Amino acid sequence: MASALTSPPPDPAAVRAPGVPDGHHHFLWMTGTWLVLMAVGEPIIYFVVGPHAPPGTMTSEAAGAQFDFYVLLMIALPVLLGVWIYLGYAIWTWRASRGGPEPVIGPHSWGHLGIEVGWILTTTAIVLGLFTFGTYELANADGAGGGQGANPLFTPAAHKILAVQVIAQQWLFTYRYPSFGGFETSQLVIPADTEIAFHVTSLDVVHEFWAYQLGVKADANPDYDNIAYTHTTDQLGDFTVRCAELCGIWHGAMYGTGQVMSVPDFMDWASSNEKVLAAATKLLPPFAWTYTPDANGADGGYYPDNRDPYSNVEIYGAQKANP
Amino acid sequence: MTIEAEPRVDQRRVEALRTTETGGGTPSPPLAPGLRKRRPAWMQQSVLTAVAGGIIGYLVGHWLGNLIASNYANVQGNGQNDVAISLALAFLVLGWLGGAGVLNNPLAKIFGRELPSGVPRQDWTRYFRFTLDHKVVGIQYLVAVFTFLFTGGLLAMGIRTELLTPTSHFFGPSTYIDIVGEHGTIMMMMASSVVVGPLGNYLVPLMIGSRRTAFPRVEASSLFVFCAGYFVILTALPFGGFPTGWTGYAPLQTQGAGGMDSYLIGFAVIGLGMILAGFNLVVTIIHFRAPGMTWGRLPIFVWSILATCALLTLATPTLVAAGLFGILDRTAQTAFFVNEHGGSSFLWENLFWFFGHPEVYIMALPGFGIVAELLPVFCRKPLFGYRVAAAGMLGVALLSFFVWQHHLFQSGIDPDMRPLFMLTTELISIPTGFIYLVGLGTLWKAKIRLEVPMLFCLGMFFNFLIGGVTGVFLSDVPVDVTVHGSFFVLAHFHYTIMGGGLFAFFAGVYYWTPKLTGRIMDHKWGKIHFWAMFVFFNLTFFPLFIVGLLGQPRRVFEYAGNLQIWNEFSSVNAFLLGASFLIFVGNFVWTIIINPRPSPDNPWESNGLEWQTPNPVPFFNFERIPIILDNPYHYGEPEPVAVADMGSGLVGAGVTQSTPQSARSSEPGPPL
Repeated sequence: MASALTSPPPDPAAVRAPGVPDGHHHFLWMTGTWLVLMAVGEPIIYFVVGPHAPPGTMTSEAAGAQFDFYVLLMIALPVLLGVWIYLGYAIWTWRASRGGPEPVIGPHSWGHLGIEVGWILTTTAIVLGLFTFGTYELANADGAGGGQGANPLFTPAAHKILAVQVIAQQWLFTYRYPSFGGFETSQLVIPADTEIAFHVTSLDVVHEFWAYQLGVKADANPDYDNIAYTHTTDQLGDFTVRCAELCGIWHGAMYGTGQVMSVPDFMDWASSNEKVLAAATKLLPPFAWTYTPDANGADGGYYPDNRDPYSNVEIYGAQKANP
Repeated sequence: MTIEAEPRVDQRRVEALRTTETGGGTPSPPLAPGLRKRRPAWMQQSVLTAVAGGIIGYLVGHWLGNLIASNYANVQGNGQNDVAISLALAFLVLGWLGGAGVLNNPLAKIFGRELPSGVPRQDWTRYFRFTLDHKVVGIQYLVAVFTFLFTGGLLAMGIRTELLTPTSHFFGPSTYIDIVGEHGTIMMMMASSVVVGPLGNYLVPLMIGSRRTAFPRVEASSLFVFCAGYFVILTALPFGGFPTGWTGYAPLQTQGAGGMDSYLIGFAVIGLGMILAGFNLVVTIIHFRAPGMTWGRLPIFVWSILATCALLTLATPTLVAAGLFGILDRTAQTAFFVNEHGGSSFLWENLFWFFGHPEVYIMALPGFGIVAELLPVFCRKPLFGYRVAAAGMLGVALLSFFVWQHHLFQSGIDPDMRPLFMLTTELISIPTGFIYLVGLGTLWKAKIRLEVPMLFCLGMFFNFLIGGVTGVFLSDVPVDVTVHGSFFVLAHFHYTIMGGGLFAFFAGVYYWTPKLTGRIMDHKWGKIHFWAMFVFFNLTFFPLFIVGLLGQPRRVFEYAGNLQIWNEFSSVNAFLLGASFLIFVGNFVWTIIINPRPSPDNPWESNGLEWQTPNPVPFFNFERIPIILDNPYHYGEPEPVAVADMGSGLVGAGVTQSTPQSARSSEPGPPL
C-alpha cells in the first residue's frame, strides 16, 4: 500500500504539454471569435429577422409580441454563441491526443470563487432584466393579447371598446356582437383602428382561441368569461383563427379565418347582419357573458340533467283540456 | 405447590427471526433450518405468475364492475361501463402484484409469520422475479424503461407519418389522437424513471458505500408497479383510446371514452411507483452512507438523485390524487372537474401542473447529475465548483414547485399572478445555469477524451442550451401569447427532455454498462450511434421551432399547406432518428448478450467508489463497509490520493493503477 502512495510522480510534460498558451491567450481567442460572430449576427436579427418575426404587425399587441420576440432573440444570441464557441474551442484545443502519455492528468482546479460569483451575479442580472422587460411589456400592452380572466388586471385606456364574444364549442368558433343586438355569426369581422375586447367562453370543453396575426390567445373555459384585448392598426385583411388547446378528435380541423375591415365597412356589415339575423337572434339564448353548458352536452349524457323531475307527471287535480 | 410453567416457544419463529437479514450486518445463511423447503425454480413466483394474476384480476374486476354498476354507469354514446373498466384495471394491478409475490411479505406479516430470507437463488431466473437485490432491480428497470422508450418511439414515428401531408391522412383523426396521447403519456411515464430506476437503484448504494437500499421490498415493489402502469396505459387502445393527450384536461376527460379510465388509473399507478422509488432512495442516501461519506464528498450524481427523488416523493401525490378525482368523476358521479355541477376545470389544470412541472425537472435533474459525474472522468480534472453544482440541483428542485402556472398564462386564471410566475420561471434558469458553469469550468484546459459517453455529455450541453434558451421565450408572457400551445413548445421540451435527459441517459448507459453487465459496448458503433442520433435529433426538432412560430398548434392532424415542407423535412429526419436507435440496440444486443465482450474492471479509469467493487458485484456489494476518505474527483493531482479504505486496501486516484484489486494488501493503509 505504501508503495502505491509513493508511486513515481508522472512526467511533468503530461501535466502541462509544452507550447500550450496560458489562459489569457485562450480567452482572447474565444472573445475575439464571439465578437466577430456577434457583429454579424445581431444586425441580422435586428434588420432581417426582426421585421419578419411572428406574429406580424396587424395589431399593436402583435407588434409588441414581435418586438419582444426579437429582443429576446438578441439577448439569446450572445448566450448561445458564447457557450457554443467555448464548447467548440475547448473540444478542439484540449482534446487529449490518442496514445498520449499515461496516466493523463489535467490541471488541478477545484473551482474559482471569482468566476462562480461573477457567473451567478451575471445570470441573476440578466434574469431580473428579462423579468422587468417582460412585466413592462405585459402591462404596457394591456395584457399583451393574452387571456386575462373575467377581471383583467391590465385594461386599455381607450374610451370606445368593441366587445366581441368568442364562443367555442366542439369543433367550431362562433361570435356574438353585443353592441349590435347580440347576433351570432360564424364570421369574425373586426374594424381597423379600434380597441377590441374578445370575451372568450366555451360551451363544452376547454378550447383556446388563437387569432395568430392579431397576437391574441385566450383559453375558452366553460362557464367562464376570459377577456383578451387587442388594438387593431390600419392594416386590413384576413387573419387565421385556430384552436390551440386539444379539444377532442377534430381539434386539428377547428380553424378558420377572420377579417379586419375599415370602420365604415364594418358598420355596414354589422348593422346589416343585425337586421338580417334579427329573427334568428330571437331564438338564441339572451346574450350573456357565459352560458351554462348543457349538462348532457360535454359528457354524453352522463350527469343527470337539471330538469324538472315532474315535467312528465300529470298535475294533481288539473282539469283535462277539452278536445 | 407451584407448577413451573414451561414458556411456550415457537421454535420456527425464533429461527426465522434469527435469520432475518437486518441490513448492514453479516449475510444470512442461504436457508433457515426448520422453514419449509424452497420450491423448484419453475414453481416459484415470477413474471409468468404475475401475468396470470393480472389476467385473473382483470376478469374478476370486470365481472364485479358489471355486476354492481351496469344499471347506472353505462356511458351514453359509447356503451362502456366505466365502473367495470376501472375495477378491471385496479384488479389487474393487484393481481399482477400478487402474482409477482410483491404482497407475500405484507400478508405474511399480517398473519404473524415470517418468510424465508437470506441470499436468494443466484441463477438467471432472478431477473424475472421479485427480488430484494438492488442490482437485479436496476437491470430489470433498464429493460423496463427501454420497453417504454421504444414503444413511445414507435408511436412518435406514427405521429410523424400522419404529419407528412397537411390534409390527406394515413390515420383517421381518432386514431391519430390516440397515438398522440399514448406517445406523450408513455414517454412521460418512462422519463420519470429513466435514470432513477435503472441507474439510481443500481448505482446509488455502490456510490455511497452501502450494502443495500433502505427498503429493498419497497424498491422492488416500485418496479412491479411501474410495469403495471405500462400494461394499464396500453389497455387504453382497446377501450377506444383517450382524446386528451398526456395532459388529460377536464372536462374533455369526463367526456372521453373508456380509454380515459386507463389513462387516469395508469398515471395514478405510475405515480404510486414513483413515490415508492423516490422515498426509498431519499432514505437510502440520507441514512445509508458509509462512514466518512459526508455531504461534501457525496458524488454529484447522488446529489442529483437526491433532488430528483425528493421531487418524486413530494410532487407525485398530487398526481395520484388528481387521477383518483378523475376516476370518481367518471364512475361515482362526483363533480370535481365539472363546472356546471360545482366543480372546476381549472382544478385539474392546477393539480396536474403542480405535479407536471416538478415532473419536468424529475426528467432533467438526473441528466445534469450524469454529465457532472462523467465530465471529470473524461476531462481528467476535478469537478469545477462542486458546491455550486449541488446547490444548483437543490435550487432547481425547490423552485420547481413555484412555476406551474406558466402553463396557464392564457387560461384566464388569476391574471395578477402572471408576473410572479414569469419571475419564478426565469429565476429557475439561474440554478439550471449552474450546470453550464460547472461543465464549462471543468472543460477549461482539460485533457478531454472523446469517448462515447463524453460525446453524449457534450451533445447534452449543446441540445439543452437550445432547450433552455427557448424556455426563456416561453416564460415571457407577451411572447408566450404567440408560442403557447404551438409546435414551438413541443420543440422546446423535446430539446430539454430528449436532447438533454435522454442524451445524458445514453451517456450513463454507455458509461456504466461495464459495471452493470461486466461487458463493454463497441466504441466505433457507439460513435456512429451518437453522431446519427445527434444530427437527426437536431434536424428533426429544430424545424419544429419554425413550424410553431409560423402558427401550427400542437396535436393537430391537419395543418396549413405552406408548412408542409418543414413538416416533411422533420418527418424524414424523425424516421432516421428512430433508425439511429436500432444502431444502439444492435450494438447492445451483440456486444452485451450474443457475443459478450468482457470489460476491464475500471475501463474509464474512474475514481468513483462504484468502480472499486469487483465484477460481477457480490451480493452484498462490499466485503467490508468502506471508509470514505475523500471525494472521488481527484483527477488532477500527480500524487496518488486515496478516496476510500475498502478494508482490503486503499483505493483512489493513482492508487488503483499500481495496486490491482487482486494484489491489494489486507492491512489498512496509513491515516491520511
